Amino acid sequence: MRRFTTAQTAVAAFLLSEAVFFGFLIAAYVYFYPQAARGAGRDLDPPRTLIFTLCLLASSATLWLAERRMTAGGRNGFRLWLGVTIALGAVFLAGQGLEYAGLFAKSVTPERDLFGATFFTLTGFHGFHVLCGLVSLLALLALTFRADFGEAARRGVGAVALYWHFVDAVWIVIFSLVYLTVWI
Amino acid sequence: MSDTPLAPGLIADEYPETVRSAWLDWISTVDHKRIGILYMFATLVFFAAGGVEALLMRIQLARPDSHFLSPDQYDQIFTMHGTTMVFLVVVPMLLGFANYLTPLMIGARDMALPRLNAFSFWVFLFGGILLYLSFVYGHAPAAGWFAYTPLSEKGYSSRYGMDYWALALLGIGVGTVATAVNLIVTILKLRAPGLTIRRLPLFVWMVLVNSFLILMALPALNASLVMLLVDRQLNAHFFMSLGGGSPVLWQHYFWAFGHPEVYIMVLPAFGVISEVIPVFSRKPIFGYGFVAASTVAIALLSLGVWAHHMFAVGLGHAWDYAFGASSLLIAVPTGVKVFNWIATMWGGSIHFTTSMLFAIAFLFTFTIGGLSGVSFATFPLDWQTTDTYYVVAHMHYVLFGGTLFAMMSAVYYWFPKFSGRMLSERLGRLHFVLMFIGFHMTFFIQHFLGLDGMPRRVYTYPDLPGWGVMNMISTIGAFVIGISVLVLLWNMWVSIHAGAPAGDNPWNAWTLEWATTSPPPEHNFEAVPPVRSARPLWDLAHPEGGRL
Repeated sequence: MRRFTTAQTAVAAFLLSEAVFFGFLIAAYVYFYPQAARGAGRDLDPPRTLIFTLCLLASSATLWLAERRMTAGGRNGFRLWLGVTIALGAVFLAGQGLEYAGLFAKSVTPERDLFGATFFTLTGFHGFHVLCGLVSLLALLALTFRADFGEAARRGVGAVALYWHFVDAVWIVIFSLVYLTVWI
Repeated sequence: MSDTPLAPGLIADEYPETVRSAWLDWISTVDHKRIGILYMFATLVFFAAGGVEALLMRIQLARPDSHFLSPDQYDQIFTMHGTTMVFLVVVPMLLGFANYLTPLMIGARDMALPRLNAFSFWVFLFGGILLYLSFVYGHAPAAGWFAYTPLSEKGYSSRYGMDYWALALLGIGVGTVATAVNLIVTILKLRAPGLTIRRLPLFVWMVLVNSFLILMALPALNASLVMLLVDRQLNAHFFMSLGGGSPVLWQHYFWAFGHPEVYIMVLPAFGVISEVIPVFSRKPIFGYGFVAASTVAIALLSLGVWAHHMFAVGLGHAWDYAFGASSLLIAVPTGVKVFNWIATMWGGSIHFTTSMLFAIAFLFTFTIGGLSGVSFATFPLDWQTTDTYYVVAHMHYVLFGGTLFAMMSAVYYWFPKFSGRMLSERLGRLHFVLMFIGFHMTFFIQHFLGLDGMPRRVYTYPDLPGWGVMNMISTIGAFVIGISVLVLLWNMWVSIHAGAPAGDNPWNAWTLEWATTSPPPEHNFEAVPPVRSARPLWDLAHPEGGRL
């Protein structure tokens, strides 16, 4: 525990509850898998989603690079990599938006069948978490432009980073379960 | 007092002192003591609402074939009574105590995240208000506090009551998780020097375990509520067999939250009892390690017993045996605790204060509730008694006779710390006697009604032999409880205005909250006494190292 700051400990505890929350949504997808997989095979485009997935995964790496720059004391390098992280996250969200628009055009909705219900609930809540992460990262970016960017903000970076990596990890599970299983 | 500094990481000037009106002070406060009092006050108001609902039900049930309430009104009122007492009274009242006491007991300046703390309280309060607005907008939820699907789906509950219910509970759930996070970080990070995890007051131990349990359980409810809302608002079919969904999935999900919730409601009560009994027996707790470890065991086991609420569904024998066995197992660590408390009292010089009387009443009543609980774990018995008043009796023995009695014990024990004034012992004993008699009068007889087959959640009953009399006794008991609560309120009112000054440590207790003034200053401690054991104030009073 000593290596964790107060903020990181709080985020870690919060992420425990988040893991349970996603666990239940994922379990619902698995529970309805026979019906859901049919819809997934018919309506999803896994190769395209893979591209956006790689963006999200890359954003974890760039955030790690940003943190390393910060510890090294380079505010500009930190700002740069943080900006790249935000851009990659935004691309992922945009990709999800495009995917949803395409599905709605094919009248795939939560109302239509259990694939719609489980898919939109699961990926929708994940997208919402990415959005919250982006807001937090933008707040950090804004902080770097203040003169008093110091130790407190640095601790904030560690906490947000923990959250961001978690959201990425959850996506790996969702992508494997929802897209890879019907693709392969 | 030594000059041990405050716990690290707490810098007083992070909280600028400003002069504002008293109202704004309370609304904008981030002081854990004030937030604790806000919690307790809000839960008292909700307790009054839930209590009035209970009395309305008992008036309706006092006589057979009564038409005091319509069936629809009755459904709304029992749903609101259950939801209120679980989500707006018991859990937040415990969180209120945890909020006020945890930083004091570990010698900290405040919670680790004071603003998050304020957020938790307000989101809980607005959740509660939202739930009650459903009455104003026409129709309260009426599908029971566990909202079984498909009854709670749009096809069967077409008015907005269920949506209010789901949104209100989501808000309350978010607040509860945030508080749990806050308590965990506070306990892990802000303990005074020397206060190792094995010297923590048992109340704090229980709060810590309880907070982890909240983190594991509440998200299950949040996920179920989200899915229910998707069903209701976006016409999905998660829980509707029409369209391929599964009503039983709701039951699994709800009880995956709902059973740990039972322990969320009782673990802090165990903590209170573990503080009160040693102090008034003038002995250290018997088997500190066992009390703490059995709590962890209870918490872990409680995550794996949810389907014992579903024996009547017909899950199949393998499930029934597995969940029956795991449920019986919980009786073991719980029994360990009961024996620890009895052994603590054994040979002690017991002071029968009101607080201690409630603690002893807790032991007695909770054990009865625990035993009827064991009878449910044997599933053939459960099949016979499910959805009867036997269940109502059991859960009120655990939650009212258990948790609420412990809360009363906590009120009498810590009210002097909160207010600086003693409660009247004379009125306290009157309150205790009335509540104890009223409680057993109301609920003991419901065991027999249940075994006789009287179904719960039905607005009236035919004039079968004995049912009218037994229900009348139960109703009279409920009103005795109501009067006892008025005595408590009167006692608090008198005490605040003219109670005897409490002093720092009226009970000669030995945990850190008694080392500061009553009520404590905003910064809690001038200096935290050195901590060399689980009973720092005892060490301070006996520097030669005497034993209790």
